[in-house]
Amino acid sequence: MKALLFRDLKLAFRAGGGFGLGIAFFLIVVILVPFSVGPESGLLTMIAPGVLWLGALLACLLSLDRILALDWEDGTLDLVATSPLPLEGVVSVKALAHWLTTGVPLVVAAPVFGVLLNLPPQGFLWLVASLALGTPALSVIGTFGAALTVGIKRGGLLLSLLILPLYVPTLIFGAELARRGAEGQDITTPLLMLAGITFGVIALLPFASALVLRMNLR
Amino acid sequence: MILRVKDVSVARGGVAVLEGLSFEIGPGQALVLKGPNGVGKTTLLRTVAGLQPPFKGEVDAPEEAVAYAAHSDGLKSMLSVEENLRFWAEVFAQTDIEKAIQAFDLADLRNRLAGSLSAGQKRRLGLARLLVTGRPIWVLDEPTVSLDTASVQLFADAVRAHLAEGGSALLATHIDLGLDVTVLDVGPFRAKQGDAPVSGYDEAFL
Repeated sequence: MKALLFRDLKLAFRAGGGFGLGIAFFLIVVILVPFSVGPESGLLTMIAPGVLWLGALLACLLSLDRILALDWEDGTLDLVATSPLPLEGVVSVKALAHWLTTGVPLVVAAPVFGVLLNLPPQGFLWLVASLALGTPALSVIGTFGAALTVGIKRGGLLLSLLILPLYVPTLIFGAELARRGAEGQDITTPLLMLAGITFGVIALLPFASALVLRMNLR
Repeated sequence: MILRVKDVSVARGGVAVLEGLSFEIGPGQALVLKGPNGVGKTTLLRTVAGLQPPFKGEVDAPEEAVAYAAHSDGLKSMLSVEENLRFWAEVFAQTDIEKAIQAFDLADLRNRLAGSLSAGQKRRLGLARLLVTGRPIWVLDEPTVSLDTASVQLFADAVRAHLAEGGSALLATHIDLGLDVTVLDVGPFRAKQGDAPVSGYDEAFL
């Protein structure tokens, strides 16, 4: 397990590993939004939490098809499936590696990007908190989608279509948490809902992912 | 550590390709599968390795005893030869990779990225992976593809040493390795055509 995690992290940081892809995309979205909606700071303040969450979600989506497809193409997945590692553990480690290389950089970069969108000072804490709590769910759900579409050539489009509806609850409560934080409202409900979604998918989805992966490897 | 295959049929895409196969491989024994392309050798090997359930019959392999080597070697091109081997050793909870590096003459290549190796060198690395699994039953699909004669000899020596240590091997190969092995021609076990293909859904949810 540890070997798999370290190998995935090492691969992500080597040339062509895809680290930085998500963060670069996030940066592009956030920089372009003020140009497209105009420089009015009040409007930007209002949409900042939602735009930041949407940008983070799309940046996450961008790298999902790499989670399992690369290991499928070079035969690693077959060999891992016949190794002592349980597939439930393998998909969990894959999701963790994806979160560490994509989710964590987004969480760290979000406050900086918040400045570009004129996010009010009291909003930064809950923006970071909502992303830190929500992005693990994005990685775990994404790994499930990757397991569903593994083995399909150019499965990226199908993967996006399958995953987008599953991302909606996370987006709604994540962005709501960030918005209420920025406007100084009560954050209890979205906070609990987001935490529930994240811990729920972490607990349940690896089993589903391993099951579909086993079928896809046949 | 005996691998038993009893009256097994295997299916590819829901259609039976081989049927009624039975054999046993005990310690120190090797069985070579021969047969024309497309007859179902790979499907049979994947079934024995546990990647897919047998269509009918029973594969009785001891728990966590099978090391499978497929057409692709499962190498990461951005990792060095040593890093690739060490990863697989760790996955199988082994520590010694030197034996494998020696056996397949990879010492000079150990710090090269796997992506910069030739096809034959990659294959040697893929076969070296078998030695770091520490598992007794090798299930090998066309292990000698893209190997030169010297490398084939290295591989044959590795199999011989493995058998001498009480391991066993099931190989699909077309070349003579110069080993004292049983050969099984799977051609006559080809499934009769005209069987109604089963629905893919039924198979997927079995």
